[in-house]
Amino acid sequence: MSEPILMKGNEAIAEAAIRAGCKYFFGYPITPQNEIPEYMSRKLPEAGGVFIQAESEVSSINMVYGAAGAGARVMTSSSSPGISLMMEGISYIAGAELPCVIVNISRGGPGLGGIQPSQADYFQATKGGGHGDYKLIVYGPSSVQEACDLMIKAFHVADKYRNPVMILGDGMIGQMMEPVVFRDEPGDAAIPEKPWATTGNEGRQSNLITSIYLDPEVLDAHNWNLYRKYKAIEENEVMYESYHEDDSEWFLVAYGTVARICISVMEKMRKEGFKVGLIRPITLWPFPKVAFDEVAGRAKAFLCVEMSTGQMVEDVRLAVGGKAPVHFYGRTGGAVPLHSNIEKRMRDVIAGRTPVVTDYLDTTTKEVEGDETSVPAS
Amino acid sequence: MKPVYLRPKSLTDTVTHYCPGCTHGIAHRLVAEVIDELDIQGRTIGVASVGCSVFAYNYFDVDFQQAAHGRAPAVATGIKRVHPDKVVFTYQGDGDLASIGAAEIVHAAARRENITVIFLNNAIYGMTGGQMAPTTLPGQITTTSPFGREHKTQGYPLRMSELLSAIEGAYYIARCSLHNASHIARAKRAIKQAFRNQIEGKGFSMVELLSTCPTNWRLTPVKALEWVEKHMIPVYPLGEFRVGEGE
Amino acid sequence: MNHRIILAGFGGQGVMLIGTLLTYAGMREGKHVSWLPSYGPEMRGGTANCAVCISDRPIASPVVTEPTAVIAMNLPSYQKFSKILVTGGSLIINSNLVNSENIRGDIKAYPIPANDEAVSLGSERVANMVCLGGLLGVEDIVSIETAIQALPEVIQDRYHHLLDLNSKALRRGYEMVRQMT
Repeated sequence: MSEPILMKGNEAIAEAAIRAGCKYFFGYPITPQNEIPEYMSRKLPEAGGVFIQAESEVSSINMVYGAAGAGARVMTSSSSPGISLMMEGISYIAGAELPCVIVNISRGGPGLGGIQPSQADYFQATKGGGHGDYKLIVYGPSSVQEACDLMIKAFHVADKYRNPVMILGDGMIGQMMEPVVFRDEPGDAAIPEKPWATTGNEGRQSNLITSIYLDPEVLDAHNWNLYRKYKAIEENEVMYESYHEDDSEWFLVAYGTVARICISVMEKMRKEGFKVGLIRPITLWPFPKVAFDEVAGRAKAFLCVEMSTGQMVEDVRLAVGGKAPVHFYGRTGGAVPLHSNIEKRMRDVIAGRTPVVTDYLDTTTKEVEGDETSVPAS
Repeated sequence: MKPVYLRPKSLTDTVTHYCPGCTHGIAHRLVAEVIDELDIQGRTIGVASVGCSVFAYNYFDVDFQQAAHGRAPAVATGIKRVHPDKVVFTYQGDGDLASIGAAEIVHAAARRENITVIFLNNAIYGMTGGQMAPTTLPGQITTTSPFGREHKTQGYPLRMSELLSAIEGAYYIARCSLHNASHIARAKRAIKQAFRNQIEGKGFSMVELLSTCPTNWRLTPVKALEWVEKHMIPVYPLGEFRVGEGE
Repeated sequence: MNHRIILAGFGGQGVMLIGTLLTYAGMREGKHVSWLPSYGPEMRGGTANCAVCISDRPIASPVVTEPTAVIAMNLPSYQKFSKILVTGGSLIINSNLVNSENIRGDIKAYPIPANDEAVSLGSERVANMVCLGGLLGVEDIVSIETAIQALPEVIQDRYHHLLDLNSKALRRGYEMVRQMT
């Protein structure tokens, strides 16, 4: 246990990776995550590792593939447009069942979009993104400390399941400074044996890392084996935090930095006597359905708040299963939902009104309340 | 009785899927012989690409990784940086290396990656059924240049050995041909040099091998070998384009 | 205590640095802290700002929309952030760059000629420290001594010959504002 150190999220994530025994980093510059490769380029050689600035994200993720297949603890980081470029490689990594960690300090899209914080990559991260039936394990940290803790966990979980893991942060997590405490980590010592890795076939049969199975029966079996693995992950790896779940009737749902804004709103409204609680998914995949089951009998409505036009809200609706209305409020492109506007929506929800999905629609067309541009109750 | 021809230890006892008359088999054998002769089978890791050689790992008895289309040099980089003491080679065709993987090969050379690249150039996409490649000759008919490659709209062949030989990080760049016995012997010497360079830590080495595709060229195996000599070599001259010095 | 502070000015005036210093000092005093910068192209010559939270309790949101204190080192910052300051909040204004007439009546405003004071101390570049010292003179966020002790942690080693100048600037701002209260 060390003293708290004040660190930027991006640098803290990089330091956590090194402490987790990550020795290899392959990446390409993109805002707002550049402090990660910069930190790695300074510190990895000291730690006996290798940093390479690749010619593209496409190349970066394939270097990760090679290093992971060679048995190393390896990572890359990027931001939204760069992650899109990596999707091919991520699909291959999932298909070949290689462990690695991918950090997405996401920014606003689509296209080149902007460089301010965004949560619009939720679908890409949790629903595939690349081709084929595969899943990433996705963590959505909401503080710099949690980003560090999840980063270290990510490497262990990746090795445990031989599956790529994504840390889905946003520009705010990356750029924010908060105190961080690093626990003593076993580093390399915790890396399991990898007898499947390509290390040269001296004294054993040749190893092969691949994702090609041209025989339909074989590929079918491979996919169902992956499916079984994903089921085990769903059973074992769900993480979430619930606030005031025992007595609340109205629930805010948010992840990452937005969850922290919602916590402020919840605290203020509870002081005023409203029975408001909050569910914060930490694993975005597997999604914490159980958190919604726990409050299903009592919850009168949910308000999901995101920095997107509504992505996680779909999983919330699936989890709630029509037992209560699920409303949505969001901002995009780097605009951060304000406390006051979230509170306004929550008051609408409590009063039985359907809140307008965003301030933009709210200010330009007052009469939209209740029509098709707002999210109807489930 | 003294055997005069044996399967190299580094090749598996598997019948290849290659078409009759295709020179992939020769290239595989040369690489395997070199691996045997340098006694590096137990510490060699191959990277297969996408194209006809996608199943190369079935034929080589060494550890292998299968890479996405064009990305073999990046995958090899990842492996080599983790295991600098192992011998890492990629085996790529012209669609893989010269088209979709042009960036990866250029930057692997520029980074002075200490790897060996075996590059098969047969001027066409074989696996997908005979489409135009960046290496397709002017006037050559393919399924996507049905009137012959026309320079005004389809440009000119990309000469990868010449291009890569301009890169400082490249240590050894050679182009050989597999169309007859003496050239095959020369190709083997170049391949051996390219592996030896890596073992000695000299940096990036590539051997381009002019190869046949009788099926998609619509030629008999014998005619295909003649076609290499008559049509390909004038466009792709043979020789060592870069032989580095020192480290 | 729950201080939610915005520090703003031109890129290059050192507002990120005084925000970092304040955050370090808060951490040294055992408080919960967060520092959230504006980032992007505006950091190159435009207006830059950071939001600092210092609290006895864990910080829920690091986003500051209703600051309890603001340092405005230039006019655009003054125009933007004086409006959202809470009633009774403290506003430190660099009066060398901000014409501070018509200040809101429901806040505590302290116009100080930070650039002039910094020049008189030896370098215009410590105007940021004068402003931060001023803030510490009116708001009980952290002690000025803790801030001075934290200077070596935020100023790069190659500028450590300027530590003394920076601490003098902090004290100057602190004292000027104390005399105004």
